[in-house]
Amino acid sequence: MTQPQFVTEYRSSVLPRFDVGDRVKVRAAAPLGHIRTPFYIRGHTGTIERLCGSFPNPEELAQMRDGLPAQPLYRVRFRQKDVWPDYRGSEADLLEIEIFQHWLEKA
Amino acid sequence: MSDNGTYRPLTYFQLMEVSLRELLVEKGVLTDAQVDEAVEDMRRRTPERGAKVVARAWVDPDFKQRLLADGPGACESLGIDVPKLRLVVVENTPQVHNAVVCTLCSCYPRMLLGIPPDWYKSRNYRSRMVREPRAVLAEFGLSIPETTQIRVHDSTADMRYMVLPMRPAGTEGWSEERLAAIVNRDSMIGVDVPKV
Amino acid sequence: MIERGHHDMGGLPAGRVERTEHDYAQWERRVDAMAVLLGSEKILTVDERRKNIEALPPGDYDAMSYYERWVIALGQALIQRGIITTDELGRKMEELERRREP
Repeated sequence: MTQPQFVTEYRSSVLPRFDVGDRVKVRAAAPLGHIRTPFYIRGHTGTIERLCGSFPNPEELAQMRDGLPAQPLYRVRFRQKDVWPDYRGSEADLLEIEIFQHWLEKA
Repeated sequence: MSDNGTYRPLTYFQLMEVSLRELLVEKGVLTDAQVDEAVEDMRRRTPERGAKVVARAWVDPDFKQRLLADGPGACESLGIDVPKLRLVVVENTPQVHNAVVCTLCSCYPRMLLGIPPDWYKSRNYRSRMVREPRAVLAEFGLSIPETTQIRVHDSTADMRYMVLPMRPAGTEGWSEERLAAIVNRDSMIGVDVPKV
Repeated sequence: MIERGHHDMGGLPAGRVERTEHDYAQWERRVDAMAVLLGSEKILTVDERRKNIEALPPGDYDAMSYYERWVIALGQALIQRGIITTDELGRKMEELERRREP
């Protein structure tokens, strides 16, 4: 079971579903409201780099709600060449982004 | 609370700032003293704080391990207060160069490094850094060899990032103070490297 | 296109990074301070501020400076929360303009 980088004060009923090394795909949804999953990464597949911990959902906090239960937040690692078709740089170059669990699916 | 005694027309935004502040004070939500104190608190937070952390990590391997595993705890152990900062420190090595951006706004480890520079918040940096980091770094005068992997961190949620740069050659035997003096803010964002 | 927020700019083409820096004016520092205080007093969240910045019309988003965006977003969020009302804000701004008349 993956240990979180930060043990937060939020008691969460939402269990982390992914382990370090799991391949995950970012959902390609485009809903309304305040969203912290950048447009450019949606639909792309990466690897779980670490579990950051569980944090209140910013989509809900933005709407003056408490964002609870806290959601697992991960750092997900992507290869630049997988994200940008015309990427100029080393094949080894990486992008690492924090993504909440509800935006991720098993790849 | 006024800047000086001279009359000067306020912009719409400056008028908004004073209006909001006066209303908040009248309603007992905040006091002028609190605002003044918070301004001074933020002034105190400068990149020298981050530089001190980097210098310690360079001379003390145990501290460095702690910094990588528990960024906030390591900072607090040096007497550097970083309230609520979910700090993740990423280490540069000969194989890996790290750089940080917030494409969505301007997230930055403010409690450690202070207020971010204008360019970090600019459209051009936020747009291009995730897509063509090597070209952007070259514009900053930093050329990273093809054999070195670049990792770009997009600060999209609760984590805040600081780059731990590599200690340059030619600094053997230097005191921590002398080492901290060559660690600039840009090297902790990842668009520069410390130079002797 | 509406599916992509104007602020959500990662990966879009853009120009050379101008390495501008400026020493922040006192009013800008006070905006920053108020935003931090309102957050630590748990009156507003940073997420509400961000949501309001993201709601700025694209032309304004691009033309406004960083703290100009923040101060507008703070005002909107305070009204949304009912801490101040639109009427109170309007009257306060008029009062201040009268006070500042030479």
